[in-house]
Amino acid sequence: MTAIVGINGIGKSTLLRTLGKVQPQLSGKILVNKKPLEHYTPLALASEISVVLTEPIASKNLTVLELISLGRQPYTNWIGSLDEEDKHKIRAAISMVQLEPLQHKKCYELSDGQLQKVMVARALAQDTSIILLDEPTSHLDLYHKVHILKLLKHIAHETKKTILYTTHEIEIAIQLCDKMLILEKDRSSFGEPCELIRQQSFERLFPSDTITFDPISGSFKII
Amino acid sequence: MNDHKKYKVPFTVLGIVLLLCFVINISLGSVSIPFSDTMKIIFGAEATNNSWKYIIWNYRVPKAFAAILIGSGLSLSGLLMQTLFRNPLAGPFVLGISSGASLGAAILIMGSSLMGSLFSFSFINDISLAIASSIGSFLVLLAVVVVAARVKDTMALLIIGLMFGSITGALVSVLSYFTNAEKLQQYIYWSFGSVGNLSWNQLLMLLIIILIGTLISVLCIKPLNAFLLGENYARSLGVNLKNSRFFIIIATGLLAGGITAFAGPIAFIGLAVPHLTRQIFNTTDHRILLPAVLVYGAILMLLCDTIAQMPNSSSVLPINAITSIIGAPVVIWLLLRKRKMIF
Repeated sequence: MTAIVGINGIGKSTLLRTLGKVQPQLSGKILVNKKPLEHYTPLALASEISVVLTEPIASKNLTVLELISLGRQPYTNWIGSLDEEDKHKIRAAISMVQLEPLQHKKCYELSDGQLQKVMVARALAQDTSIILLDEPTSHLDLYHKVHILKLLKHIAHETKKTILYTTHEIEIAIQLCDKMLILEKDRSSFGEPCELIRQQSFERLFPSDTITFDPISGSFKII
Repeated sequence: MNDHKKYKVPFTVLGIVLLLCFVINISLGSVSIPFSDTMKIIFGAEATNNSWKYIIWNYRVPKAFAAILIGSGLSLSGLLMQTLFRNPLAGPFVLGISSGASLGAAILIMGSSLMGSLFSFSFINDISLAIASSIGSFLVLLAVVVVAARVKDTMALLIIGLMFGSITGALVSVLSYFTNAEKLQQYIYWSFGSVGNLSWNQLLMLLIIILIGTLISVLCIKPLNAFLLGENYARSLGVNLKNSRFFIIIATGLLAGGITAFAGPIAFIGLAVPHLTRQIFNTTDHRILLPAVLVYGAILMLLCDTIAQMPNSSSVLPINAITSIIGAPVVIWLLLRKRKMIF
């Protein structure tokens, strides 16, 4: 599990959306399983990468179950009927994110945080080797933030998935992530959180006259 | 989603209601024919009065079929547009698609008298009228699609649709200013909208157009469902955005354009029926909505036509007046509803 951090406007979401082919790449090369991203058909890519974006879904009239079931679309037939395996994957995704009590609710009845959990479950139901999440925990309270991230970490380790997410909660990321990518204006650092702390990468993130980084506790202090 | 059984009951009920509406529509009209005789004529028995038989088979039955086709087709095109534009207020009439068809028809009917000597397309037959209004509706639809890609706002899109309607309306006025009275009258009658006056041949053409449109829509059910999440999510689910958008637009244009060609611009059915359907079938799944909308649209159109016919009187109200009386309140209700802009 990897977190992308950086200040506002540095391009965290842009990077994530480019990796997910949500927006076109400007330059450079993206390889998925050693194959260039642009060589994938939308359908082939859909069974490799699933995304959770910050933009609201178009129809809030979907029920939670319908929304999560849409995650199975890459695998269903021309009209989208779900077979036993699909239903099993959907049930598994729902129980992993603990959404059983909500599954027959409409999306407009949910809070922002609940909706975010639903979107995570949809990505899980899509059952891809890579999951990209754009600020998946921004609307959640501390407990649910940690709950979702721990769950994602568990899934990443258990099923050998790659989970990449953008976040502003650097302190939580330091504690939970296997790797972190710090985006800065002229350079980026990538590595294990402890490694990055040793390299004093977090100190450079914010102007040192307002916020400093305490390497021992792994947290930021306001001056 | 998985339990399709729970939709069997509403579908059976709707089917029975459709049949009932069909029978009622046929048995009522300007000439009063006893119900028992109507039944006899439909089931091929000898009727007491031969002119009744003629009225029913050559006037009322084609009209009822036309109402079914028009109601279904317009409602389906409304459903497609609402999902495509992710806009609960989208519909062929509101977004100016019908006005585009009107412009096409106006240019054909009235323009031919202006340029009659230059172009000798003075033959205004069903096919040329269908082609002209389909082209008109496609052009406006494409313009709306281009604009919709730029504005994300629901209201802005509606206002733009309204403006397209105004532009085509203005062009029609210019045309009608220069045309002769006879052609103008022909156009105005067309623009009132009517489900009657269609021959069996015209009905067959309409049927073919609507079947093609419906077939394309059925093949698009999966992308339509994915579009409910928004385009970016749809792409991430493996939907080929360009292709599916293209096919949905083709289906919408065929349905809305073809129907407007034969029946004139008919207001609000395309907008209102998908919403009314969602009230019964509490789902967003197009596998359920698509057939439901077809049946519901047919029922509503049959009812509107029965009312417009003003049973037992010789006068006929313009069908547009009736559909607007039913459809416009639906729009108001949509805007007043607490959780508005949800579709």
